[in-house]
Amino acid sequence: MTIDQISVFVENKPGRLVEVIEALGAKGIDMRAMSIADTSDFGILRLIVDKPQEALAVLRDADCVTSVTQVIAVAVSDTPGSLAKILRLLSDAGISIEYVYAFITHEKGGAYVIVRVEDNDKAIGVLTKSGVRLLSSGELYDM
Amino acid sequence: MQNYHQPEIECASPEEIRKIQDERLAATVKRVYDNVPYYKKLMDDKGVTPGDVKSVDDLYKLPFVSKSDLRDAYPYGLLAAPLSDCVRIHSTSGTTGKRVVAFYTQNDINLWDDCCARAIVAAGGTTDDVVHVSYGYGLFTGGMGLHGGAQRAGCLTLPMSSGNTERQIQFMTDLGSTILCCTPSYAEYLAETIQEMGLRDQIRLKAGIFGAEAWSEEMRERLEANLGIKAYDIYGLTEIIGPGVSFECSEQTGMHVNEDHFIPEIINPETGEVLPEGEKGELVFTCISKEAFPLLRYRTRDICILSRKKCACGRTLIKMAKPMGRSDDMLIIRGVNVFPSQIETVLLAYGLSANYQIIVDRINHSDTLEVCVEMNPEMFSDSVKVIESREKELMEKLKNMLGIAAKVTLKAPKSMSRSEGKAVRVIDKRKI
Repeated sequence: MTIDQISVFVENKPGRLVEVIEALGAKGIDMRAMSIADTSDFGILRLIVDKPQEALAVLRDADCVTSVTQVIAVAVSDTPGSLAKILRLLSDAGISIEYVYAFITHEKGGAYVIVRVEDNDKAIGVLTKSGVRLLSSGELYDM
Repeated sequence: MQNYHQPEIECASPEEIRKIQDERLAATVKRVYDNVPYYKKLMDDKGVTPGDVKSVDDLYKLPFVSKSDLRDAYPYGLLAAPLSDCVRIHSTSGTTGKRVVAFYTQNDINLWDDCCARAIVAAGGTTDDVVHVSYGYGLFTGGMGLHGGAQRAGCLTLPMSSGNTERQIQFMTDLGSTILCCTPSYAEYLAETIQEMGLRDQIRLKAGIFGAEAWSEEMRERLEANLGIKAYDIYGLTEIIGPGVSFECSEQTGMHVNEDHFIPEIINPETGEVLPEGEKGELVFTCISKEAFPLLRYRTRDICILSRKKCACGRTLIKMAKPMGRSDDMLIIRGVNVFPSQIETVLLAYGLSANYQIIVDRINHSDTLEVCVEMNPEMFSDSVKVIESREKELMEKLKNMLGIAAKVTLKAPKSMSRSEGKAVRVIDKRKI
């Protein structure tokens, strides 16, 4: 139940980010979710795309340094307090979160969060036991 | 005022100096050949025996030594006196990380003190002066070298070492320091801080002796105006002894070489051929008085000119110009010798590509060193925390290798590859 997330190193230089995004767009790769972590020196672009293997090939050709990380995509009802509930479940189970980013889709009217934790299996167990809906990569790619 | 520490040497006739040099050179070559297997082999390989070197005219027959010999012979291979006779070590960085260690007997320290005392006295130092030594104390030769010279000249000596600028200035005002010894860039920083603190009228400095890094005539004028001093240059290197190999007199037109201890030559760096006086080339020194670590024909890699023109100060010691560059790629950053090859060694050991760029700048009178490296898959992670800790580890390794802090900047892959011709590895933005 994990999703492939592609991380891309982005040098802190004008134009670097747009070059990466344009390269993906030119090859018809559609983004499902993205976030950027930045420091004063560099950024890490984190992407969920519909065709991860193709995206990696495109990025490789564009001389980007990439890595693939397994993350969890969680469906959250679009009401106040629902994200807190999920985070509480993880916290109570002693699972620390590296980072979270959210995205919404127009199709289902729901909100989703991508969660990166140390121990995916444990987090998946805790969340599914409590009835939280996780998205498979297939569902995510077809959105 | 005469301003000589040892006038019998400093103002000796060329014949007298020549006699001293001939005797000392022949004796040193013999002693080194007999006691140092490394030198014996170098000389045997070149077919030179101690008997072939009777005077300075025979100097050209001897083989050169360079930094790589110091590395190969590290640490004791060039030691010419019993270790039990040695009383001190100083050290500087080598080309690929192995440090250079230089040994001193008590007699070596004594002659070094005299060399530095000549510089201090030439700058007006007397027993009434307060010498403020802000060079670093420790393995670096700057601090203890000038310290010994100031004491030898009978000055009240303040062993300040480097750093803690406000305390430096407090001592300077409270104790009335009259002669400042430090790097020229630190002197600029001190001058600026003194202005900011509004203490310019409480400073009693009359002279500054600045060395260990390159500085320009413009910088000299600025320092003289801002500190109300006369600024003197001093030259030296750990391999030869430290500061005081040569020193400036009040004429400020070059540095008198203490040639009763160190014979200078200028050579063509490509061919090794000795060049006539007045021609520009690489500076080479032969130590003729030292006991523990008397390097023969050591290639300094400094590009320089020697001149026997009569000096109005009365000294007859040969003068060398301020070094005009290097015949290798050594950088001097905050007074520390840095070789790009050292940085490359660290990067390769860390699994990074040899495509790197070194950017040296001077910000607020202090040199900065930035090492730009290309990101690679091994160093990359999706976590900022992980990348930053790897970056920190790399900076730690660079600091251990170089002895000074370097900032690491991560660049995109292939962003620093050579596009055409020779890649530019070093960008020195300093305006000095």
